[in-house]
Amino acid sequence: MNDRGLILGGLLLFVGLITLPVWYNVAAGTPSRPPELKLPAQGKDPFGTAEYMRASHMSLLVAWRDEVVRGGERTVVGRDGKTYAKSLTRTCMDCHSSRAEFCDRCHGYTSARVSCWDCHADRRLAEGSAR
Amino acid sequence: MNALGSLLLVLLLAGLGFAGGQVAGLRPLFGVVVPYAAFVIFLLGVSHRVVLWARAPVPFRIPTTCGQQRSLSWIKPSRLENPSSTLGVVGRMALEVGLFRSLFRNTRTELREGPRLGYGEAKLLWVAALAFHWAFLLVILRHLRFFLEPVPAVVAALASVDSFFEIGTPGLYATDIVLAGALGYLLLRRLLSPQARYLSLFGDYFALFLLLGLAASGILMRYAVRIDTVAVKQLALGLVTLSPVVPGEVGPLFFSHLFLLSVLGAYCPFSKLMHMGGVFLSPTRNLANTSRMKRHVNPWNYPVDVHTYAQWEDAFRDKLKAAGLPLEKE
Ligand code: HEC
Ligand code: HEC
Ligand code: HEC
Ligand code: HEM
Repeated sequence: MNDRGLILGGLLLFVGLITLPVWYNVAAGTPSRPPELKLPAQGKDPFGTAEYMRASHMSLLVAWRDEVVRGGERTVVGRDGKTYAKSLTRTCMDCHSSRAEFCDRCHGYTSARVSCWDCHADRRLAEGSAR
Repeated sequence: MNALGSLLLVLLLAGLGFAGGQVAGLRPLFGVVVPYAAFVIFLLGVSHRVVLWARAPVPFRIPTTCGQQRSLSWIKPSRLENPSSTLGVVGRMALEVGLFRSLFRNTRTELREGPRLGYGEAKLLWVAALAFHWAFLLVILRHLRFFLEPVPAVVAALASVDSFFEIGTPGLYATDIVLAGALGYLLLRRLLSPQARYLSLFGDYFALFLLLGLAASGILMRYAVRIDTVAVKQLALGLVTLSPVVPGEVGPLFFSHLFLLSVLGAYCPFSKLMHMGGVFLSPTRNLANTSRMKRHVNPWNYPVDVHTYAQWEDAFRDKLKAAGLPLEKE
């Protein structure tokens, strides 16, 4: 019996599967642009450079949580010399006022799961004054 | 020596990727050119090997005695271990590819006191190999979040199941532990067992160290030395949409990761890693045992000029008769 057709079919299937992202993105019409973030109009992030914040904001937040909940240290002095509350909903969201147009855009793009919002209610969203 | 040499080579490669990621001028090379080249070598190399295999003649069935062959109706055949139908072969293949059925038969031989030769079960290799391969597959599937936009729900679901225990931030993936643990065992097995060490070649260690390096850099990126994941996704999407983007600062570890992967991909067609395709083409696994049900004629046979006994008898009939020898045909 000659199985060449079967083997070549299998090889084609393999090549198709391994190049799946190419076809998928063509079919989905994926733009090559990164997500557009709504950044605060001016100033700098008081807790780190943009590079640091992009890569490590989750470490910062979790460190804050531990310091607040376990150590009772509720404030932090930012790089701009001002004192901020170590708070997810109050501090971060005061400047980055729209969760949907900032945090969620990035997390959707990278498929990051952020469970914090299960408990930390975004007041502005609830009160309808968001955005 | 083999172990040390391949470790040094992998460290050197990782260092090369690391350094290349630091220098802005080299980033197009390490971020775009090398991955593309590696992918092309991988695809062409693998296809070439498979086509070569497809052309090799396999005229006969090679039954291995793993189970009762199908014979008389009152003898129970082993349908999966020794299949006689295509469906059975598909089942055996699925067991082989998904559960490493043959490796499960692995045994250990040792010289005990006496001296007595002892045989025993050795399932640890099977467990570790299975754990490694499945974890590897799941990690690769989870990585699709960098290559697909929008990210399909299955990929996201996989990630949330994988980080089910929500240990730490970002959540610890169970597959990362399994992957690193299984690879560690597979390496230690070669290093600690004298027999396995004696048999281990440079290529055995090289593949293991490449994979370990890949896993270690990935795990470090996720849990220790954070990187700019958005930039990574842009790079990855750029590559697969054939409109490459050269990223800015991503984090140097990422370039080690990507370079090790490129080396792995380009190395694949020339190495034992081709067992990925080879397992599907193993004649002892993928052919139904119909040796006794069907006559298998070698299709590559050239017509052989045969001289039968009957012809021979015809030629010498008179002489045979004269000598009083018995004849088949009077
Ligand atoms: C199970 C519910 C729950 C989840 C999920 C949760 N938190 Fe909290 N968090 C709390 C509670 C309760 C407090 C205590 C509030 C206080 O004492 O002011 C708190 C306090 C904090 C604080 C300090 C106080 C403040 O007002 O923000 C930070 C920062 C914080 N959490 C960050 C996070 C982050 C980041 C995540 C996601 C990784 C997260 N939390 C997930 C319940 C939760
Ligand atoms: C005082 C206002 C302010 C506060 C408070 C603040 N940020 Fe920012 N953040 C900014 C500004 C302005 C930028 C623009 C980039 C820069 O720093 O140059 C920024 C940038 C960022 C970025 C990078 C976005 C990008 O892609 O460039 C992240 C991520 C971020 N912030 C997260 C946070 C988190 C998480 C918190 C809470 C711990 C926080 N920020 C608190 C003002 C603020
Ligand atoms: C520049 C893109 C970007 C922006 C903007 C951003 N994030 Fe993130 N965030 C990420 C990435 C990437 C991860 C990690 C994804 C991964 O590796 O799984 C992450 C992870 C997190 C995590 C940890 C989730 C976990 O795994 O448990 C928290 C908490 C978080 N982000 C909070 C925020 C908050 C709050 C904001 C808005 C103030 C924000 N982020 C804005 C990109 C971003
Ligand atoms: C065979 C190929 C690969 C293997 C075995 C591998 C392995 C890993 C592992 C084990 C991790 C740890 C975190 C996790 O499990 O998700 C990881 C993380 C990572 N890998 Fe890979 N990887 C591979 C290919 C790639 C490719 C092609 C890219 C991108 C172009 C990539 C980019 C990343 C990034 C950015 C992270 C960090 C993820 C995060 O921060 O959550 N990897 N890799």
